[in-house]
Amino acid sequence: MLTVTRRNHWVPYFLLSPFLIVFLLFIAYPTIQSMSLAMRQTYGPQFSRFLGLGNFQSLLDDPLFWTALKNTAIFAAGSVFIQLPCSLGLAMILNSSRVRSRALFRLIFFSPSLVGLVFVAVIFGMIFEKRTGMLNILLHRTFGTDPEFPWLDEYVMPALIIAALWLYVGFNMVYFLAALQNVRQELIDAAYVDGAGSWHRFWHVTIPAIRPVATFVVLLSLIGSFQLFELPYLLLGNSGGPDNQGLTLVMYLYQTGFEIGDLGYASAIGWVVTMILGVFAVGQRLLSQREEA
Amino acid sequence: MLRRWFCLYLPLLGCCMLIALPFAYLLCASLKTNPDFFDSVFLPRGDGFLGIAWERLTMGHYRRLFTQLGFGNYMINSFFLASVTSVLATLFSAMGGYALAVFRFRGREWLTKLVLGTLIIPGVLLLAPSYQLLYRFGLLDSYVGVILPVVAPAFGIYLFRQAIMSSLPAQMLEAALLDGCGEIRAFFVIVLPMVRPMVGAFLLITYLATWNNFIWPQIVLQTPEKLPLSVAIAQLQGVYFQDYGMMMAGTALSIAPVLILFLLLQKEFIAGLTAGAVKA
Repeated sequence: MLTVTRRNHWVPYFLLSPFLIVFLLFIAYPTIQSMSLAMRQTYGPQFSRFLGLGNFQSLLDDPLFWTALKNTAIFAAGSVFIQLPCSLGLAMILNSSRVRSRALFRLIFFSPSLVGLVFVAVIFGMIFEKRTGMLNILLHRTFGTDPEFPWLDEYVMPALIIAALWLYVGFNMVYFLAALQNVRQELIDAAYVDGAGSWHRFWHVTIPAIRPVATFVVLLSLIGSFQLFELPYLLLGNSGGPDNQGLTLVMYLYQTGFEIGDLGYASAIGWVVTMILGVFAVGQRLLSQREEA
Repeated sequence: MLRRWFCLYLPLLGCCMLIALPFAYLLCASLKTNPDFFDSVFLPRGDGFLGIAWERLTMGHYRRLFTQLGFGNYMINSFFLASVTSVLATLFSAMGGYALAVFRFRGREWLTKLVLGTLIIPGVLLLAPSYQLLYRFGLLDSYVGVILPVVAPAFGIYLFRQAIMSSLPAQMLEAALLDGCGEIRAFFVIVLPMVRPMVGAFLLITYLATWNNFIWPQIVLQTPEKLPLSVAIAQLQGVYFQDYGMMMAGTALSIAPVLILFLLLQKEFIAGLTAGAVKA
């Protein structure tokens, strides 16, 4: 650990002061404020009533909350079980020593993640359009599927998962690729000499070697999924879509807080999301500590 | 040779096509007149080169964006917000990361954990209290109000802490300080050049994040002339959602600058992005 002695005491605090000021004002204060709000019922600036844990109690009986939780969980599952394996697969192909112009492929796969969610929503709003959208026309021409497949009417979550797949597959690939490039080739060669098949080499050599990065990517992916808001919000025109099929937890938070005006109930939803993510983060830490031991 | 082609390049090229399709669709739609929009998926068919009716393509949507909808103004706003935010955020993150990496002081361990912990709180949860705060400071509808909350991100402090811990030799810093180099000068002359790849990467990360940020500027800014592209596009979408060509032209214009910036600086960007994950 590099440390410099004989320093002025005020220097670290001076260096950290912009962070500390912004942190206190725009993270610490709002966090505490939202905790106190979560225990209240509010309507606009005037009305406020203390409820204790009443908001959380009401959430348990709120069918919309469960719908939002279900949708969010489906999206998270799509990210972890569809998107991440695709990312890993692409990374493994790119990592093969026989691929040329690796940098170019990496660049192409990564480029969607530069596009802001607002713009993704505009583009995919047109792609998923029932009669005129690109997806239905191309699918119909190639596979003869229903030319008026109702993506944004009846298959909202699959549509969101497809849009997110396009958007983030290359982003996660970059992490996997960086991890794969650190796997020592001798290990894989040794397994090959010992007669391990390609599946065995993948499962018993490659996966354990990239596990620290993989758990980190899964955690990032879960954090992103549980905070999903702007994409469905803009894609579905400021609503949860038909039958609230696209209502996510953070969207429900936004609707109750900013459209209905009950900031208390909205904060309670936000704290549920924070607690879920806290459990995932602790889980990831425990997993990576167990590996170090 | 054939096997390599089938196992490696075929899936790669297939995926490239799928990734490129939405971009191609966007670009084509922005160049078509609205009647042509419904007749063809990509470019309208005709007798021109490659069987495409090149003469029916139009720059009209792009022209209208600038002449009638003040798009140039939104672009300048986005450039301004992203530039100021990224420079300040990178400077303050580097300063904070340096403090956490090098100095022993009370509360250091505690602060490092705090910095990481804040990442799991959904930003939308903090919107209302932050908004009230800006209201009390009289900073609503101002760029200061948009920039201030994101000017020293915890994520950046963490990235710079990692980068400085792994690339700054302690002896070099000791020597400089013994030679009478001031603390602040040492930071600019020795520390920042040492972590230059991270500086480049983080400038780009924050530039992108600010350029694409939507919900916070949407809530803070009210004057239409002050809006950045992201908010402007979302609002135009509400009014001109049937004007497909123009919406696509606006979207293409909004994402082109960051795509170009990334093309120029992509190596540093990707190195910085993965630094935190692989070394942590």
